[in-house]
Amino acid sequence: MAQTATASKSVKFIITRQDSPESKSYTEEFEVPYRPGMNVISALMEIQRNPKNAQGQTTAPVCWDSNCLEEVCGACSMVINGKPRQACAALIDKLEQPIRIQPMKTFPVVRDLIIDRSRMFTALKRVKAWIPIDGTYDLGPGPRMAESKRQWAYELSKCMTCGVCLEACPNVNEKTDFIGPAAISQVRLFNAHPTGEMNKEERLEALMQDGGIEGCGNSQNCVRACPKGIPLTTSIAEMNKETTKHMFKRWLSV
Amino acid sequence: MKGYYSRKLHSLLGVIPLGGFLISHMISNYKAFEGGKEGFMGAVHFLNSMPLVFFLELFLIWLPLLYHGVYGLYIAYQANNNVGNFNYERNIRFMIQRITGVITFVFVIWHMYDTRFQIMIGKITHDELGAVMHGIVSNPVLFALYVVGVLSATFHFANGLWAFLVSWGITVGPRAQRISTYICMGLFVVMSVMFILAMTGFRDAEFQAANAVIDIAKTVLS
Ligand code: SF4
Ligand code: FES
Repeated sequence: MAQTATASKSVKFIITRQDSPESKSYTEEFEVPYRPGMNVISALMEIQRNPKNAQGQTTAPVCWDSNCLEEVCGACSMVINGKPRQACAALIDKLEQPIRIQPMKTFPVVRDLIIDRSRMFTALKRVKAWIPIDGTYDLGPGPRMAESKRQWAYELSKCMTCGVCLEACPNVNEKTDFIGPAAISQVRLFNAHPTGEMNKEERLEALMQDGGIEGCGNSQNCVRACPKGIPLTTSIAEMNKETTKHMFKRWLSV
Repeated sequence: MKGYYSRKLHSLLGVIPLGGFLISHMISNYKAFEGGKEGFMGAVHFLNSMPLVFFLELFLIWLPLLYHGVYGLYIAYQANNNVGNFNYERNIRFMIQRITGVITFVFVIWHMYDTRFQIMIGKITHDELGAVMHGIVSNPVLFALYVVGVLSATFHFANGLWAFLVSWGITVGPRAQRISTYICMGLFVVMSVMFILAMTGFRDAEFQAANAVIDIAKTVLS
């Protein structure tokens, strides 16, 4: 396709827009001149340079969020042709046209394609997804992590809190308070760490609160959607096992 | 904390005792196919000869059924199904699990009204159950509805067992979950076949009883 590109060749977009958090959404069509190797972000930049819709009317440029432009920050997540993914990694050549772009509506929409992922960071705080090492004196070096464990734990640490797994999950919506797959997997990561393990119970108990791991209904869309290939369903099942064990342990120890 | 326990209890009750009851129900009904009227009556009498049968029913069937059913409806309501964009086998089963749950809920109420409830209000006796069933499954429309109800119940149980194994952390890795899919779906097929054979067993003329009972069956149905 790219070789046959001519100056007249263009890419069609149908973008779901929203002017403010409260206003209604609407769609607007755009036609952007084709350039070889372009992706959704570069197309949005083109619209920004020349904010005209497909009818040729001048319109407000489409707003979006992005940072790294190499699929590691997660900021540019949006729904492209029905699938939530990173716009910076969505190559135009590989997409069916017209390309339909929507914000990830599981999250509050700020404007156009910009969403507010705060709930994910709140969830990470809730499950204490960190390793407490601060003290009033030097605690010395922590225990070492076995290499065999480090290898799979590293995979879990690739999560960029992009929100794609929450968007894909049928149980993350306004009718539930489910925190979603990402935070559950992070509990597994931090509980695997030899120092993090010392606060293992706190994180498990956080998963046993309302909106915790019980919200999972095993549709397993998350693992198919995650751009980082994180074994989310294995993490969830592992945390199911750990919380179940923790539940029995607590009953038997009172 | 509440949500975690109530959901876990929901999952547990679906397997024990409700799944166990479904299997025992299947076995006693299958007797109708295998041993005819005599076989079925034997099974009915055996069940009714169990000690404290009222309490067994209350604690192993009625209460778990009520909890699992009502809480299950709430779970079904909570899902925003998205098989359109995520057309994957697991996600489709997730949706079917909720649909069959609702169908089973309705079916169980209907079926219990026809059978257990009629016994409770004294319209029929246990010995006439076979005749009531004969009346139902001899009607092609009702037979078809029963097939739908039975398939829903068996799928919901077999697939629910798969989910139970995940939710209790028994099948953790992808391979374990794949193999348990094969086993559970196999269970679905076997149970469906046995239930449907049982229903064809009830079509046999030997279950036909005195007209009076048939009339009751008819008034029950209409
Ligand atoms: S687990 Fe994957 S899909 Fe979910 S937030 Fe992390 S990187 Fe994104
Ligand atoms: S801009 Fe960072 S993931 Fe796309």
